[in-house]
Amino acid sequence: MKNRNFFWFILPSLITMLLFIALPIVSVVVQSLHIEHEAVLNEVENCGPFGCKKELIINVDETKRLKLEKPLGEFNGFKTYTNRNHLAFEEIKLAWSQSESITQFISTSLNLPFYRALAFTLTYTFVVTPFVLFFGFLIALGVNSLPKQMKGPTIFVSLLPMIVTPLIGSLILFWMIDAQGIIGSILQRIFDDPNLSLKASPTLTWIMLMVYGVWHSSPFAFIVFYAGLQTVPSDTIEAAMIDGATRWERTKYVVLPHLMPLTIFILLIQLMDNFRVFEPIVGFSAQANATSLSWIIYNDISNNEDQFFGSAGATSVLTIIGISVLLIPVLIRTWREFNRKVV
Amino acid sequence: MFLKTITFAGAFALLGSSAIADCGISGGNVSILSNDFPAIQAVTAEAAKCAGNGVKVEANLTKDHKDIMVAALTANPSQYSSVIVSNSTLVTLMNDGLVRSLDDLVAEHGAGLNKSQLITVNGKVMAVAFMANAQHLFTRTDMLDKAGVSNIPGTYEEVIAAAEAIRSAGLMEYPVALNTKAGWNLGEEFVNMYMGTGADLFKAGTAEVSVNNDHGVATLNMLKSLVGYSNPDFLTYDSNATQAEWEAGNLALATMWGSRGSAVLDGEGSVDGVSSNTTLSAAPKWGNGARPASTLWWDGIGISTNVSDEDAEATFIALMNGISSDMVKANNDAAVWLVEGYKPSPASAGVSETAANGAAPYPMLPFMGTLHGALGGEISDFLQGAESAEQALADVEAAYTTAAKEKGFLK
Amino acid sequence: MSNIAHRRSPLLNIIIWGLVLIWIIAASFPFFWTLWGSLKVQGDFFSKADWTNAITGVRTQIETGGAFTGNGYFGAWVTKSFWEAAINTGIIVFSVVVISLTLGTLGGYALARSGKRYAFYLLMLALIFRAMPHITLVSGYLLPFFEWNLWGHLPTAIIVMVAINQPFTLWMLHSFFLNIPKDLDESAMVDGCTRFQAFRHVIIPVMWPGVVTTGLFSFLLAYNDFTVTATLLSQSNQTMVPKIASFLGTTQTEGNVMFAVAAVVSATAPLFVLILFFQRQIVSGLTAGAVKG
Repeated sequence: MKNRNFFWFILPSLITMLLFIALPIVSVVVQSLHIEHEAVLNEVENCGPFGCKKELIINVDETKRLKLEKPLGEFNGFKTYTNRNHLAFEEIKLAWSQSESITQFISTSLNLPFYRALAFTLTYTFVVTPFVLFFGFLIALGVNSLPKQMKGPTIFVSLLPMIVTPLIGSLILFWMIDAQGIIGSILQRIFDDPNLSLKASPTLTWIMLMVYGVWHSSPFAFIVFYAGLQTVPSDTIEAAMIDGATRWERTKYVVLPHLMPLTIFILLIQLMDNFRVFEPIVGFSAQANATSLSWIIYNDISNNEDQFFGSAGATSVLTIIGISVLLIPVLIRTWREFNRKVV
Repeated sequence: MFLKTITFAGAFALLGSSAIADCGISGGNVSILSNDFPAIQAVTAEAAKCAGNGVKVEANLTKDHKDIMVAALTANPSQYSSVIVSNSTLVTLMNDGLVRSLDDLVAEHGAGLNKSQLITVNGKVMAVAFMANAQHLFTRTDMLDKAGVSNIPGTYEEVIAAAEAIRSAGLMEYPVALNTKAGWNLGEEFVNMYMGTGADLFKAGTAEVSVNNDHGVATLNMLKSLVGYSNPDFLTYDSNATQAEWEAGNLALATMWGSRGSAVLDGEGSVDGVSSNTTLSAAPKWGNGARPASTLWWDGIGISTNVSDEDAEATFIALMNGISSDMVKANNDAAVWLVEGYKPSPASAGVSETAANGAAPYPMLPFMGTLHGALGGEISDFLQGAESAEQALADVEAAYTTAAKEKGFLK
Repeated sequence: MSNIAHRRSPLLNIIIWGLVLIWIIAASFPFFWTLWGSLKVQGDFFSKADWTNAITGVRTQIETGGAFTGNGYFGAWVTKSFWEAAINTGIIVFSVVVISLTLGTLGGYALARSGKRYAFYLLMLALIFRAMPHITLVSGYLLPFFEWNLWGHLPTAIIVMVAINQPFTLWMLHSFFLNIPKDLDESAMVDGCTRFQAFRHVIIPVMWPGVVTTGLFSFLLAYNDFTVTATLLSQSNQTMVPKIASFLGTTQTEGNVMFAVAAVVSATAPLFVLILFFQRQIVSGLTAGAVKG
């Protein structure tokens, strides 16, 4: 394709992405390198319905003057990235020199918000993604072998976990898994433990979130795999059967290679989405036991009284870097394929 | 409640048509941003009656008002001419100079206001409060009777003793609840409890936090003893959850918001015998503290800096109409109103007593929100038994200091 | 493939069907539970005392006099004007899908047909764009949108969602176009068509299955979105999901919670219809697209 043609075809799409994604990313990066001006505090008397009190307030005029001078705030370099609420270089160094054993070092590190969130995020990503692929594939195989008239309704029901709004879906599930809810109390009966509560222990909370993640994302893998199964070349299969290949061999040498590109696609999307997990944490009120990088961003921007845009920006940049690292193997593969196409 | 909802919706529906209540506004745009709960719905619905004759009244009531508040008011002209503020949000807006002084407007249109409604900062009226709120004790008197506890607990030590009596009498395994959901709620519980010690959260005259001390350790230990009588799910308990537990009859002693009082006492949605046996009383004291372990909150009206004087005036008048005595009479039990004409009811007893016993107002400090966030995130490990109180407080201090540096409060 | 299934041993089939059955129950149970519960009162569906109340409907009997109640639906649709939100969602979803697909097919086609290095770099860039957490993006828009008076309007939310959705759309459609043989459009160009004419007359007629599939994912994104719509739309332009969240409010008022439950069920209904309608296209679309990594 000629460069000029390419340019005009891609232009509209590129403009929207540059305006609404690239520009904000640039501003987020810039913001993450700055902190707010030093506040000038004055002591004044505040009065209200409950009496008067001497308290500090910010001198607004002084703040305005500083903001006019430097609208972005004070330049802070990468210090926001390395401070205690993010990568915590100093704290990690200290923990390393003071810890007597590796376990102690790890537990000290996991007390820091960023590493605690990273631990859950990575565990979630690496547990949920394979399960989603596995279940998606299994369900696709199963549905594919159903009699024709049953396929339609089954596909439709299978998509339900994906299409119910996560925010509301997890609210209802949250009630169901409550100790007094239907799932919670049935589990109590199964395990014969009247004090079993999915919300109370960190381990159970992690398991619950991951089960929810698998439940929510499996339909995506299922539908893509199911579609892929429709195109498995039947003549190759027949040929393999004539050659005396067993079922397992046929699956291994014909079906799986055929589904490989789809698997890569699902992997790509799932790694990304799972790394950005945060809605179930909010929906299940699980923040005491599980936090993720995206949850930290949410907490910086909208969960509290104050908004910390610089801090949220730093975590966002770290998230992008994290995802890029995760995707490197997939990207290398794409790169090779692309080069093959060029030749 | 259902009927009330219909009336609110009805009032909003009238927005479009011309339900002209003569508020004496000559013209202008009124747009209100606020949190979303019944008392505020009543206020904005009443203010909306001023629409018509060239006056437009709009309201955006949302749980996420805090997220858009600063950006919306920074724009010039600002998206909203008014924000319904509280102790904490007023400070956030004042930090950036986004709300104007109301001295002139109060002098001109605020004749019916109580002096105590005026929130003054450095002598200037910055907001007009219309309702008060605080967390205080809810008690099931029938449970106390059955457990042989004669008085409603006045201190948290008595709360623990009563809880133990209820537990050992086999009445309830988990009789106590506080709003201990990790995050904002848990931070608020720490602040409340710490206030009960009488100590200050910050070193005087600075933004340096001072909770990492004996008071802090005692506070954490008290919270831990209380959650020992709380359902193991306590870290997911927000005020909706505690209210539901209460109404289901699963609790005997709880610290809940005063604004939940009327919903708990109205019997709707409650198991039989819960509402009739519920008593609301002051927040308990503890240790050697002289004041109740609670903080007093108000909600009030703030007017944007970046709107025309005409809009500001129209907004102020409309909202004065919104918090009129008539509105209060029609919605007497929806809140603890600070407005003339409010009749105290059993639902407001807890808040009034807490205030009368000398509870401290929630601090209006620029860096209070930052500390609140740090507390909410860092003390849950201690309550779960995963770390020591000293470690938890050191974490709070470190998290706060880092965040406060980013905000420019600390060097 | 179906003939292969028939040749499976009965035991294997039973195992596979058993798994499918378990999956169907797991996938649909919460939804049917919600559907059932939406016809009860809050005291039953959200019972803290005994979950079996949700089945027996004890309090529904006491409070409404019948075993089922439509109060939730009445409250949501009539009292709280949920239909306004439904209309807004309709406008947003329709626009997002149409615009996304238009931009996406053009871009995706270009990416698939260009062999240049920069096409690959663009695809990688799109991936990086997709990695950005939405909440950071959205909070970055707030101030400029307020300044330029763009905040609160439907078109603003639409264009933002189109942009956020572009990376996924581009990737999916690009892979799909890769599967349409190059010879098709190139022979048209040999016959004297311009690139655009070739696209218009040769590619468009054969691209529908892939477009429909991609459209379905765009639809789901726009339909289910909370972050963008809740932050960028004013209350009068609210869509369904933020409206449902507002039924819950800060303080859950007795009764309003059931409005939310009823609204959730209502909001799922159009999706049912859509999936049934497009079911065949989804599958055939993905088949033809056979999305390549």
